Amino acid sequence: MTNHWRDIKNADLILINGANPAEAHPVGFQWFMRAKLDRGAKIVHTDPRFTRTSAVADMYLRIRTGTDVAYFGGLINHVLQNNLFHDEYVRNYTNASFIVKDGYAFNEGLFSGYDPTKRAYNIATWSYETDPATGYAHRDMTLQHPRSVFQLMKTHYSRYTPDVVSSITGIPTADFGKVADLVGQMGAPDKVMTIVYAVGLTHHTTGGQLIRSGSLLQLLLGNIGRPGGGMNAERGHANIQGNTDHAISWDILPGYLKIPAPGQKNRDDYVAQSAAKKQDPNSWNFFGLNYKKFLTSTLKAWYGDAATKDNEFAFDFVPKPASNASWMTIYDQALKGKMQGVILSGMTAASIGPDTNQVRQALANLKWLVVMDALPTTSSEFWRAPGVDASKVQTEVFMLPTTHWIEKDGSFVNSGRWSQWKDQVMPPDGQSRHDHWILSDVFHRVKALYQSQGGKFADPIMSLTFDFADPLKPTLDEVAKEINGKDLTTGKQMTSFALLKDDGTTTTGDWIYVGSYLDSGNLMKRRSGVEDPATNDPTGMGFYANWAWSWPLNRRVLYNRASADLSGKPWDPARPGISWNGAKWVGDVPDYPPTMNPADPNAYLPFIMNGEGVGRLFSNGMADGPLPEHYEPVESPVQNPLHATNSASPVAFYYDQAAGRPNRFGTPQEFPYIATSYRLTEHEHYVTQHVPHLVQLQPKPFVEIPEELAAAHGIKSGDQVRVSSKRGKVEVAAIVTKRLGPLTVAGQKVYQIGIPIHWGDVGIPADADPTHGRYWLANALTPFVGDANARTPEFKAFLVNLEKL
Amino acid sequence: MSPVTRREFLKVGAAGAGALAVSGLGFEVALAASTTVKQNLRIAGAKESHSLCPYCAVGCSLVAYTRQNSDGSTQLLQIEGDPDSPVNEGRLCPKGATAMQLAISPRRVTSPQYRAPGATGWKSVTWDFVLDKIAQNIKASRDATFVTTDGNGNTVNRTEGIAFAGGAAFSSEEGYFATKLMRGLGLVYLEQQARV
Repeated sequence: MTNHWRDIKNADLILINGANPAEAHPVGFQWFMRAKLDRGAKIVHTDPRFTRTSAVADMYLRIRTGTDVAYFGGLINHVLQNNLFHDEYVRNYTNASFIVKDGYAFNEGLFSGYDPTKRAYNIATWSYETDPATGYAHRDMTLQHPRSVFQLMKTHYSRYTPDVVSSITGIPTADFGKVADLVGQMGAPDKVMTIVYAVGLTHHTTGGQLIRSGSLLQLLLGNIGRPGGGMNAERGHANIQGNTDHAISWDILPGYLKIPAPGQKNRDDYVAQSAAKKQDPNSWNFFGLNYKKFLTSTLKAWYGDAATKDNEFAFDFVPKPASNASWMTIYDQALKGKMQGVILSGMTAASIGPDTNQVRQALANLKWLVVMDALPTTSSEFWRAPGVDASKVQTEVFMLPTTHWIEKDGSFVNSGRWSQWKDQVMPPDGQSRHDHWILSDVFHRVKALYQSQGGKFADPIMSLTFDFADPLKPTLDEVAKEINGKDLTTGKQMTSFALLKDDGTTTTGDWIYVGSYLDSGNLMKRRSGVEDPATNDPTGMGFYANWAWSWPLNRRVLYNRASADLSGKPWDPARPGISWNGAKWVGDVPDYPPTMNPADPNAYLPFIMNGEGVGRLFSNGMADGPLPEHYEPVESPVQNPLHATNSASPVAFYYDQAAGRPNRFGTPQEFPYIATSYRLTEHEHYVTQHVPHLVQLQPKPFVEIPEELAAAHGIKSGDQVRVSSKRGKVEVAAIVTKRLGPLTVAGQKVYQIGIPIHWGDVGIPADADPTHGRYWLANALTPFVGDANARTPEFKAFLVNLEKL
Repeated sequence: MSPVTRREFLKVGAAGAGALAVSGLGFEVALAASTTVKQNLRIAGAKESHSLCPYCAVGCSLVAYTRQNSDGSTQLLQIEGDPDSPVNEGRLCPKGATAMQLAISPRRVTSPQYRAPGATGWKSVTWDFVLDKIAQNIKASRDATFVTTDGNGNTVNRTEGIAFAGGAAFSSEEGYFATKLMRGLGLVYLEQQARV
């Protein structure tokens, strides 16, 4: 989230897309309701399924899954054509005025630079026209230049008329018009809208652009950086945010530094290829300027005395991936016989990933699999899943009992970036051990093997730092101190990332967490909450600055310089983010130099983290286009109404095809219905299959089928049905419902079927089932394809057939 | 008269019948206090700790109550929403409200388990057995798939044949520690829940 849960109470209009917070994040949803009840905010819920969120919304729009770019594109068009954007913000706080190079083009669904053999773009033309002397971009503050971002964008989205939006999304034009009217009012400086989304937007081959399309709308309306505004992702698990910040992710190092690439010989090569470059004289380019300091301080934290100036602070120790190494790639490599071992520490491959049957084959292709978990999982048991002959599975499997969250301390970072500390409440259960103690123990055993036997390049293993009282059993308190980092000259904890250096005299495990653990103590433990609002939330904005700690630097709303106008006055004085009081910035922790006078002609532009210094409406940071464009899901019942020749994303990654395996995509003739998957209030992914009360509340798997479609198949609620895709099937009970209904798309009637994901072959319900839940895993149906940017699977839109059993 | 907060209510309850002397707090408190004479609160005398919900990422704060039993074991008595949190203000959803059943479960894995290639069942083994075997596997796979220099002559120092995925209920510090160790082993295949 750019903002945080409690901040949603500050909004005037709440757009919810690809999310169902009333059921999936019910306690967070209280802040949506506070906005509605206390300040008369309007809620618009746009989703394939009518849910409890829709029930309390002011408007519900049934949308075809995966078509939100068309919806947001239509709203962008409405705002641009009718001059409803926030003029001062767009002109000064976005790159609307930047001039794009001659040669950029968009035709028939393809941006300039497409290479069909590689299924990839050469993005050279997606950049600014620059001054050869300075490298700065040319700008036209009148926004009239035909190659200005503003004009290109206006032309691009002029195709998204209400009729086209309706034809793609299935939303009736009259309903769309009502939402457009509401949204169009939000460009006024004293109004603010928030967009809230979840995996209903991310889980598509166009997932990155689905989110960007909402962000573009928010920038046009001047709503990024403001309390009550922003682009807000609801994360689905307790600490995905913290794990992402700390980079359990192939493509980054902690704090969103890019993973070094082959060919980079030293830190300067790395920075040259990874960090943003200043594009405007008033841009601060804070991230780009400090990239080398952040990297060096982390190398120093990891490799200690072995990281020296002479060896570029052990830059060579950091592994450099050949290419994408994300979730599906792991199993793709296993299918190719290139992956030998997988360690799942609190994750389960078989049910989480798309295409369960193929993932199980991948697991069976491994030499060894380590599962670390408190409870059995679909991965620890994959070798004896229903229908599998265990004697034929040659994978060596380990199951290690681990402690639960309540048996260890440490922090969880919520969707709003609040890092909150928890106590260890219980001792470890039985023989279970902490994941990090197991990992440390294994690491030291590996190290001992290298010491006694030698082996491939053991230097990083030998020099990795373990500055803990007991290296085999580090406390999370000790690790939290390491993450914050210290000044090696004084021995004191670092207080700000602005003080990090690139000469090896400072350390940090993750630069965005500098300031979380000072010499005075662990700020994530702070507990000044709602027991005393007058003291703990003096502005009433809900920042609660002394409750836990929020990255970066305890800032509660990201990009908050943009919450005030050029002179430093809040756009809406009743809802200030930060404001200039004549001597300094006050309010939230400013995302700006604390005493920089906005009237100074050299004052920095508001978005300090990128090279432009302003929000990017047009960006070359995406693999599939500088502006979001609607593409059909890989499996779709219709051709793209905008460009039938390039219907689905031309750069979506087809794993099977790339590996020389046949694509397994269904046609609308064989699989005529759209399916989408989702979650229920009473379950969390798969672990709650072990929780008796929750199993009692939601005992059995089911699919939701629209009434009209059910009638056509003679299906009644409670009947067993088979839902099948080109890749697999589920056989579960039908629930016939009004929550889903037909849509008219591209002139034809289409149906959507809803599939909750939670059930599988492990847990209390499976134990009680004669087939042991053999055909319960929803992901048996989903395709093995990924978004061009993030390689996120397309869990939320695929084609199925429906049969009554 | 100010309304009675939960905090004051509990203080009154803990103070027992003597709390009746606190006259300004109103009828409800007097009633609650007199009830405690007959029936002690389940959490009476318990240790209060602060935790967080392990499920979604709203980040609801929990209050957990434990008691030390005479045999030295710790008993988890109650988990409830923390009323002081600016995130949840004491509220919990059905999942958070049943978190105790995730924490204390007869379905927990009780000891390290090993399944040899082709075996049709688990075998209970010792920690030393599994940790040694895993360490040997990691070293063998690392040595077999480690690339020091790629085809273009670039130093890459990567382990291509091992992947690691970390859990979304890791504490952040565990997550950081896992990243550091796995990069230290040369891994490039690192994943977690964010993409899926």
